[in-house]
Amino acid sequence: MLSPEEIKARAEAAVPGAKLDIVPNDSPSAQRSLLVDASHAVAVATFLRYDVELRLDYCSNVSGVDWLDAEISEKVKVKKVVDGVEKEVDEVRKTKRPGYLEAVYHLYSMDKKHGPVVLRMRTENRADKNHLPSLTPVWRGAEFQEREIFDLYGIIFDGHPDLRRILMWDGYQDHPMRKDYVEPDDYEYEPTPHDEVLEKAKRQAAAEAKP
Amino acid sequence: MNPEPQAGIDEGLRSELSKQGIFTTKLADIYNWGRKNSVWPLQFGLACCAIEMIATTMARYDLARFGAEVFRPSPRQADLMIVAGTVTKKMAPQVVRLYNQMPEPKYVIAMGACAISGGPFKQGYNVLKGIDRFIPVDVHIPGCPPRPEALIHAFMTLQQKISDQTFAGPNRPRHLDPAAPSEFPVPQFGEHDLVPPNNRNVWQPPARARHE
Repeated sequence: MLSPEEIKARAEAAVPGAKLDIVPNDSPSAQRSLLVDASHAVAVATFLRYDVELRLDYCSNVSGVDWLDAEISEKVKVKKVVDGVEKEVDEVRKTKRPGYLEAVYHLYSMDKKHGPVVLRMRTENRADKNHLPSLTPVWRGAEFQEREIFDLYGIIFDGHPDLRRILMWDGYQDHPMRKDYVEPDDYEYEPTPHDEVLEKAKRQAAAEAKP
Repeated sequence: MNPEPQAGIDEGLRSELSKQGIFTTKLADIYNWGRKNSVWPLQFGLACCAIEMIATTMARYDLARFGAEVFRPSPRQADLMIVAGTVTKKMAPQVVRLYNQMPEPKYVIAMGACAISGGPFKQGYNVLKGIDRFIPVDVHIPGCPPRPEALIHAFMTLQQKISDQTFAGPNRPRHLDPAAPSEFPVPQFGEHDLVPPNNRNVWQPPARARHE
């Protein structure tokens, strides 16, 4: 199995103009993934599928992820003159990262018996620029899962053969798995509310106490 | 069966006649006896509870002993709707439509935690918080899923309910009450939820227990 660096080098050499990033993973599994730019995604995916070394012919899973706008703070060492002496001082630098939607593909090879290779694509933002190229033409098994992501996260997959909602009905306006989804206000009394349900119970009790 | 004395005939005389091989009964009793022992369920299942419902009909539990062995594939021929499983909001209009297509007299058993309350999915976005929001339910069975014995118990409860019904009065079956509705509005798919989210003519929100 090739390392992410080797896959990145091979793919960038094979697909002119493609730019892959390696996404680090701090968790114990340390499973790094490849972030591919949307404009070359289909070409890179085709390469991953048919490359003699990789032959990633099986797309086992496609998931959606919703990343809200976030403020990332990182510690940076800055040289400063304090009391006439130059010192290294830790400074917290905050950067704002706009939110985006992400589609994650887990790829395996039945032929070479290796995997997974994790492939990611990100939209530009969460509102209007939510298009990604569909990888269903490359892996047919991604069809229903891309429909599910379209349904629950609102990513529009260009080139998908049949992009319709799959779990909710046509005409439904929301994307329920997004983090800012507001569910209909239909809380009913529960004898043992807890966590989020407890908040709803308190809100209902307050609303009932008013009149 | 019926602990009340037979109307119009002395209980002692009735007992004496039965010793001589003459059986007396009320028309309502024999009518209900026939109805309760030929309840034909509608053959449909929504989720895992349907597996238990199928097990109930097979040889080990044998629902046929109660006269309900014929699961009809058409709502036009069915008397009983066993709502066995999770009713998603996307499925709810079809369940109500099937119920509307059944002829009177018709009964509903809501089987399992999901069908009676939404169950583990109650706080989710896609599951109806109980089918009793749209159609009248005669027997609720808790359980996830309920065992076949529970379904048989529910069925016997329904049989008791049928045999207790009278020709006239408030306890009469719906098909003998011209004012009683036989069809219920089918909810429409809205932009955020079903429209309406429940039918207040058949269901009211549960009363809140107050802890002052």
